[in-house]
Amino acid sequence: MDHLTELENQSVYILREAYKNFKNLAMLWSIGKDSTVLLWLARKAFLGHCPIPLVHIDTSFKIPQMIEYRDKYAQKWGLNLVVGQNKKALDEGMNHEKGRDVCCDALKTQGLLQIMEQEGYTGLILGIRRDEEGTRAKERYFSPRNKDFEWDFKDQPPELWDQFKTTFAEGTHIRIHPLLHWTELNVWEYIEREKIPIIDLYFANKEGRRYRSLGCAPCTGSIESKASNVREIIEELRDTTSSERSGRAQDQESTYAMQKLRAKGYM
Amino acid sequence: MGSNGHKEPQSGKQMKLVIVGHVDHGKSTLVGRLMADTDSLPTGKMDFIKDICDQQGKVFEFAFLLDALEEEQEQGITIDTSQIFFKTEKRPYVIIDAPGHKEFLKNMVTGAANAEAALLLIDAYEGVQEQSRRHGYLLRLLGMKQVAVVVNKMDLVKHDAEVFYKIKAEYTEFLNSMGVEAREYIPVSAKMGENIAHRSENMTWYQGPTVLEMLDQFEDKLPEVNQPFRLPLQDVYKFDERRILAGRVESGTAKIGDEVIFAPSNKKGTIKSIETWEVENKPTTIEASQSVGITLTEQIFVERGDVATLASDPPVITTTFDANVFWMGKKHLQKGETYLIKLATQNVECEVAKFNKAIDASTLETLPDQDFIAKNDVAELTLRTRQPITFDLFNDIAETGRFVLVDEYDVCGGGIITGFTPLSEIDKFRDEAHYRDSHWIKGAVTPDMRAYRNGHLAAMILITGKSGVGKADLAGKLEEKLFHQNFQSYLLDGRNIQVGLGADMDQDKYFTDGEAVRRFGEVAKLFVDAGHVVISTSNVFNHEDHSNISLLIEPTPIVEIQVTSDQFPKGKPEVVLTVDEAANHETAVQKVLDYLKDKKILTGHNYSI
Repeated sequence: MDHLTELENQSVYILREAYKNFKNLAMLWSIGKDSTVLLWLARKAFLGHCPIPLVHIDTSFKIPQMIEYRDKYAQKWGLNLVVGQNKKALDEGMNHEKGRDVCCDALKTQGLLQIMEQEGYTGLILGIRRDEEGTRAKERYFSPRNKDFEWDFKDQPPELWDQFKTTFAEGTHIRIHPLLHWTELNVWEYIEREKIPIIDLYFANKEGRRYRSLGCAPCTGSIESKASNVREIIEELRDTTSSERSGRAQDQESTYAMQKLRAKGYM
Repeated sequence: MGSNGHKEPQSGKQMKLVIVGHVDHGKSTLVGRLMADTDSLPTGKMDFIKDICDQQGKVFEFAFLLDALEEEQEQGITIDTSQIFFKTEKRPYVIIDAPGHKEFLKNMVTGAANAEAALLLIDAYEGVQEQSRRHGYLLRLLGMKQVAVVVNKMDLVKHDAEVFYKIKAEYTEFLNSMGVEAREYIPVSAKMGENIAHRSENMTWYQGPTVLEMLDQFEDKLPEVNQPFRLPLQDVYKFDERRILAGRVESGTAKIGDEVIFAPSNKKGTIKSIETWEVENKPTTIEASQSVGITLTEQIFVERGDVATLASDPPVITTTFDANVFWMGKKHLQKGETYLIKLATQNVECEVAKFNKAIDASTLETLPDQDFIAKNDVAELTLRTRQPITFDLFNDIAETGRFVLVDEYDVCGGGIITGFTPLSEIDKFRDEAHYRDSHWIKGAVTPDMRAYRNGHLAAMILITGKSGVGKADLAGKLEEKLFHQNFQSYLLDGRNIQVGLGADMDQDKYFTDGEAVRRFGEVAKLFVDAGHVVISTSNVFNHEDHSNISLLIEPTPIVEIQVTSDQFPKGKPEVVLTVDEAANHETAVQKVLDYLKDKKILTGHNYSI
């Protein structure tokens, strides 16, 4: 079995465990490559269906093509799309100039909290990977959060032999991470193999720039690149030693920005 | 990553490594060094960490590369299993940096259980310590077969070969006592980069492989395709017209057309199709480590927890088995408490029937006469499940021979199965009664209070004898007489249980697999618990059945009234009536009542109603 198939089988197993063990699950779809691969894997797991609703948190600052792409494929693939937005914070003028971590917390984390409460979701499936950054490397496949979404990274459940923590005290939320063991390169190789339609913001434009990681327009930088298709991205990644999220401003805000954001419930 | 002149790896398959050992013996430093020496660090990462060190007024250490969490750097210990990727010429690796601090054993176990090979670090200066042994023991318990021992900080002992050989001898003896052999002992200095990627010039006396060379010698774990077929079901999907059984093949192979037998229910079905989505060539076989979906030709009811197998290689199905268990729970693992066992996709309640050996994992000393184990300790024990569970011995098929134990909400232990008692040899009624009684929820009204009010103890009267000797008539009269004397009597015929409670079962199986006795016994148990004198007559129960019913209603007395004209009655009935005596209902009933009064079962009312 080749390594991509092995990764696929493991993720499918986790998705099926998630679906069987939890009611009212939602899957976060950021429109980026990881959550789009995750969606693809869900359709593999459920043999062409996606019985889990997809939640997209619209900060209103997303790059416009992302919304177009989202709506096109939601319709084409017959997805149950649920869009969440922290309208109150936006009405009060929240934006990244108030501080990046403040803005991320309000528009993303709080936006997510609101839609989860509104829809009664008790668990969330996310496409985060261990190789993205240090705090994500510490994650579990099945990771509990308290009622306020807080992550106690100091006291995490043991996870062995694919036996996951599936029983919880009342009020616990669960985060499930089926892509945890994938690398950025794996994701692109899989996109290539499966011919998954991916948003073209990842491919180099005429000015020779592309996005390596997608987020809000004001806080996501593009990189210089000649990679205009999936194959060229794979070639490019094999030679790079800069980190994937180097274009994401919130990570660089302060030394422990991501740890602080994630402890409060950030993806 | 990896523009270090290395060729692209030939195999894309990643090897999962775990690094274990006592706290401060240099695990994180080794990992940091491996990353740096294979040129696997993202640009800016080293500078980023150096900046943090400056901010915190510390000298840069390789360990900081891993300890990405603020907390960890302040305490100087690794909290959790972070995963780090690097690659050699041969293949990519992911290192799980398992921490050594005792409190975080569950994290070490998480890391090691998911790894294919292990490096166990021992500090040359401090020598073999508590966790050096504990981790060694756990690696063996987790089934780790590829272990190399890395003796670190050789620079602190002046690269002295003697120090190395002394540690090697001591630890080899320890591993041998468990029947484990390390693949190699490697003297290194992670801090100085000696014998990690590059050969040390200070230890020319060592001719063996460097750490990287050793890693490349470990073998990939291959799926168990040559083992017996096991497909534990995860779920059954009916999203469309197909009824798809979903699960992951844990071992072996099967193909379309194969007849599969589901354990433990023993239902049979034929694989009709292998369902996929967006796969170019439709497969006709399924094999170990694949997550699959199959349909069957027959419409049979199977569900999560059932294990599809082939007739040629049946699994073990039983309730009682021996296991080696490690415990991570805050509360002790105790005899008599109920836990949930999760094995493949089965969830079954269980309890510890017996501690065969409780062990302090840091010394491997037996803790004598101990009916529990505390956090971080291990034990050889016998577990008993509430319902039969399907498994294999760990040494036969690892995937279906290991399990975790859940206490309340938390996974608190893990174990491997080393032996079992076949189901046929288990006194299942005794087990059932024992389990039931220990979990019975009692009301405020005690048996004594009922006996005082009723004027009698609860009892079971069984009228036995050949067919046509008048048992049923006698039973009816006895019930009536007791009733008129204001006693709580109830005629419970086995037939009534069969037509009602037994209606869900195949009527032939109802008697052959013990359900007739079990269900009758459990209903009788409720009546005697309510304080009644239960009267029964049945030709379908034999003597063995009676002793089983007796087990189920213990400690309630059973009074057997045997109606027979034989000179010697069968067994040891409490009362013997000839067929003629039994036909005279009045005297026969009186004889029974006299017996009950004599035995103080009927005590008489202490007040008038």
